[in-house]
Amino acid sequence: MRSFSEIETAVKRATRGMGFSWGVAEEVGKNIRLLEMFGLPGFKNINQYFKVLTNQEFEKISTISTINNSKSLYCPITMGLNFFDQSIHLKDADNIQINNLGFPLLFIPFVSRTSEIIGKRIFLKIDNKEFLFNFNQAVYSNYLSGDIVEKSEKNELKFMENNNLFSEEEWSELYKLSEDTFVEETDELKQSAAGAGLIDND
Amino acid sequence: MEVNLRDPKILMKLSKLGSFHQSKLSFLRSFLNEFRDWEYRRDLFKLNQNGYGRVVYSFSKNNRTYSLICFANEIKDDERSDRVIATKWDAAFTLHDGVPTDHDIDRLANEVPKQEVGRLSYKELTLSRANKSLRLFNYVVDCLSNGQQPDVNKLSKVGYLYRTTAVYGSGKFGLADRFRIKNRDEILGPFRLEMMLVYLVRQFTFDQVNHIAKNRNPGLAVQLDPNICRNLGIGNSTGLGMAPFIVNHPELLNNWILARETALKKIRQIEKVSNKDFNIFKDCLIKSLRNVTSWHTESEFQNNKIKSLLDDLEKFIEFLNKSSLENKPFLFNEIYSWIENNLDDECIEYIVSMMMEPYDKIVNPLLKNMSADEELNFNIPIDRTVEELRNIIEQNYSDILKIDFSKNENNQNFWFISKNKEEPRLADRYKDHGSDLEQPLAIARDIKKLYEILFISKNSLTIGKFLMKHNEFRHVVRRAFITEKFPYAEIQDNTIGSNLMPIDMLRLKLSFFGALKFDPRSNKWLRICMFQGAPLPNELKSFDSHWVYNSLNS
Repeated sequence: MRSFSEIETAVKRATRGMGFSWGVAEEVGKNIRLLEMFGLPGFKNINQYFKVLTNQEFEKISTISTINNSKSLYCPITMGLNFFDQSIHLKDADNIQINNLGFPLLFIPFVSRTSEIIGKRIFLKIDNKEFLFNFNQAVYSNYLSGDIVEKSEKNELKFMENNNLFSEEEWSELYKLSEDTFVEETDELKQSAAGAGLIDND
Repeated sequence: MEVNLRDPKILMKLSKLGSFHQSKLSFLRSFLNEFRDWEYRRDLFKLNQNGYGRVVYSFSKNNRTYSLICFANEIKDDERSDRVIATKWDAAFTLHDGVPTDHDIDRLANEVPKQEVGRLSYKELTLSRANKSLRLFNYVVDCLSNGQQPDVNKLSKVGYLYRTTAVYGSGKFGLADRFRIKNRDEILGPFRLEMMLVYLVRQFTFDQVNHIAKNRNPGLAVQLDPNICRNLGIGNSTGLGMAPFIVNHPELLNNWILARETALKKIRQIEKVSNKDFNIFKDCLIKSLRNVTSWHTESEFQNNKIKSLLDDLEKFIEFLNKSSLENKPFLFNEIYSWIENNLDDECIEYIVSMMMEPYDKIVNPLLKNMSADEELNFNIPIDRTVEELRNIIEQNYSDILKIDFSKNENNQNFWFISKNKEEPRLADRYKDHGSDLEQPLAIARDIKKLYEILFISKNSLTIGKFLMKHNEFRHVVRRAFITEKFPYAEIQDNTIGSNLMPIDMLRLKLSFFGALKFDPRSNKWLRICMFQGAPLPNELKSFDSHWVYNSLNS
């Protein structure tokens, strides 16, 4: 078994070997490590991407808009880097569409890390595969295959509002149970247990 | 009394960092302190009469066990090499997480002796190999088998029976990734498991030499005297592999140096130094002279440093004797001010290390800050501006910005990874091929290039937008922001200039390991000694914490 450290180092060097800058290679190395730790086939996908990249041109996006179309496939690394770098400007958009993305699984770790730096959950739909990124702590997904995904036609990103996943009523119900750990204070206790005097405005 | 931390722009120069010495903060000393109440055992000892076979040692406490598995192999004399190109070694070792089964040991017997081309598993933590010292090993066996102890003076010229040539950890060759074990309290200090491996290898060398002597002459052989064992360490032969580490781990570097600087600052701030503490300092200083006078090297570079150290120590002792410092307020601050004004770096840093000796209360709390979670600062703060980044560079890299990289001499070298051994190397940009595959270790040059681009970029531009056009600087943008939080993260020197001494980088790291007797064999590799004077495993429950200075050397 290869360790995650070996995976990161090999991918970093390979990315540099493919002509990306060292700083970008560092990012891709970390990303593939992250994918593998999440149980997604990062190594397999980057390996295949680099094989294809030697014979095929990918579109390198610069500025990301709410709708991004390209006749040729977008490069997932450039897309990911720019999504991460521009996320402070993009996070207020309701929805971002990316049509025609090459090797979309390689885009995933950039989105996960973006979720952490902007402090918002991000929902990503890659054709019919759904991913919910939770501040780079966990990924919820309906996709568990270990396959290579060479392209996706329709990709949708949504920045989720920082709302709780429960109602105020549910909060009150549970909070009431938590009150069972509290002690009802008598007048005597009110005076003696807090430490400070009752007159605290003098 | 206000005392400032020392200025990173002065301290982080390579010539200064290359003058560092071991101290109480060193990893091998903190390892021994941490494991002093662990149970040590020799679990397996299956060597043939010539000392070849398998041995297992362990440290256990509560439900945790770490086991060193040793494989001693027969090799021909002409196969023995300390160079990284070697493929066979006298012995190979791995530290296993837990108690190895017979199946584990059989599996490892096929892999560990192969080292870099073997495969380890997540159950193994560190990997190493070592060669016998031809100058000493057979001599010691001969003496013991004839019923005599070896000559201490002869031993002190070398200082060890075996020399390790590499120690690997953190996921290399399939070893456990650091994240699997990072929350264990006993290994919070850096390189603690590497230190454990080396320490137990040292015990293996004594057990093996005794075993061979006994088998050679059962009726007459004696065991190596424990006092002599204690005075022997483990050698290490180290090349450029270590140098990029301190560039590639800026936060870790910061945390090591910051711990040292914080200790120094706190010691200088002690208003009333007790006579007891001052005496510990003086006692360690005087005893340590034996470590300096028995420091043998053929390197002119190092001999000059040793001479400077001895001359300065003489001056310093004279100063101590004449100055009646006892009971003076802020005594150590007074001493520091004097050494900074009167002595060279080699001796200044020696005395700084010595000042820590009386102060467990200051030093020990700092040990837990010497690791780093580097993931936390990996993301570039894309919402910051060009102006902010430029200010950081002007503030933290002002000396670097003065280097003229249009001159060949300032671009003379490049770092690369060799194809056959995947190890770092340094070559001449104008003579050797391969500079197009240069590693990103020319930080000074790249920071300066980044600065020049920032200078003509719009102040209010966010870093995210700046990187859209300048991703080639991404690695140094990340670093510059790291230095904002970590003042000692960056070497304040040119790591590709013609006057670079790579061994300064090695020595910095090795001093934090706790190495003694740096012996440069060229400007790119050196030999050292570790654990010389250290207690033996069965003495760990109670030992003198200043053991480094208890040498028998003359």
